[in-house]
Amino acid sequence: MGISASDQLVIAGKTFQSRLIIGTGKYPSNAVMAKAHEASGADMVTVAVRRVNISDRTKESLLDYIDTSKMFLLPNTAGCYSADEAVRTARLGREAGLSNWVKLEVIGDEKTLFPDNEQLVEATRILVREGFVVLPYTTDDPIVCRKLEDAGAAAVMPLGAPIGSGLGIQNPNNLRIIREFARVPVIVDAGVGTASDAAFAMELGADAVLMNTAIAGAQDPVAMAESMRYAVRAGRLAYLAGRIPRKMYATASSPVEGLVGR
Amino acid sequence: MFTTSVHITLNGDPLDVPGPVTVTALLESLEIDVRRVAVEHNLVILKRTAFDQTLVREGDNVEIVNFVGGG
Repeated sequence: MGISASDQLVIAGKTFQSRLIIGTGKYPSNAVMAKAHEASGADMVTVAVRRVNISDRTKESLLDYIDTSKMFLLPNTAGCYSADEAVRTARLGREAGLSNWVKLEVIGDEKTLFPDNEQLVEATRILVREGFVVLPYTTDDPIVCRKLEDAGAAAVMPLGAPIGSGLGIQNPNNLRIIREFARVPVIVDAGVGTASDAAFAMELGADAVLMNTAIAGAQDPVAMAESMRYAVRAGRLAYLAGRIPRKMYATASSPVEGLVGR
Repeated sequence: MFTTSVHITLNGDPLDVPGPVTVTALLESLEIDVRRVAVEHNLVILKRTAFDQTLVREGDNVEIVNFVGGG
């Protein structure tokens, strides 16, 4: 048993086995999604709150493909552009899922989907007062993260890059600063394109990584989900293990004495 | 039994339903599983335990939401 055995993610007193949190959107099918979830090892998934499609007679539900006895549902407020909208959606999500957890999104711009941090802090304050466990999606700004924490956020979720962009971690230094400042878990949310991005986020000290498109949009979502499982684990272990310092010149790994013929 | 039709707005669209009707009965008539939705009635979010007692009347605004795929 190494340092890893007891290393679990704890948010607002709730323990998770996996540090990978994944989405439920944009998969080729619900069946593929279910397989990807299984392969990822994740025990928390995000879901969106939307109007029931009254004319859809198939009545196929997303929840038919999620084993909620194993998987914790985290409703989001995606698509909300004001604190009022996000609060309303969060309250509806609470009634639909009978849990007071919310991934809080207040979007400020359609093209970048960057958060409106002013509205985000306000919505966090309101929802925390109402007893919600609030996980806000924010820009990678240490000061905003501190304000969210002061407003009562249970974790902060800075972006690595714009949602769905797959650009990877754009500002590693900010994420390190956020990790150093924060007294709550730091979850890198959005921007991951491939496994090395997730590992890198974890090596920087992130407590977890949240992703959707990187898995759902991959040519083989199930294989990518498995790769993310190992990437997050590997990155976490590397962070805990403590990497060597970077040096400009070589240091020999083999003894410099006892060479034959010298 | 005496029934009449009420005009409501359901998820943003006009709809005529026999009523006044309870939220539970409305969901049943739409074949919607009550355990998987949240209902907002005239901007008030209802607890599931209130579905049986809450009457939907002429001119009411009802939103029924559920979970869909998202990130």
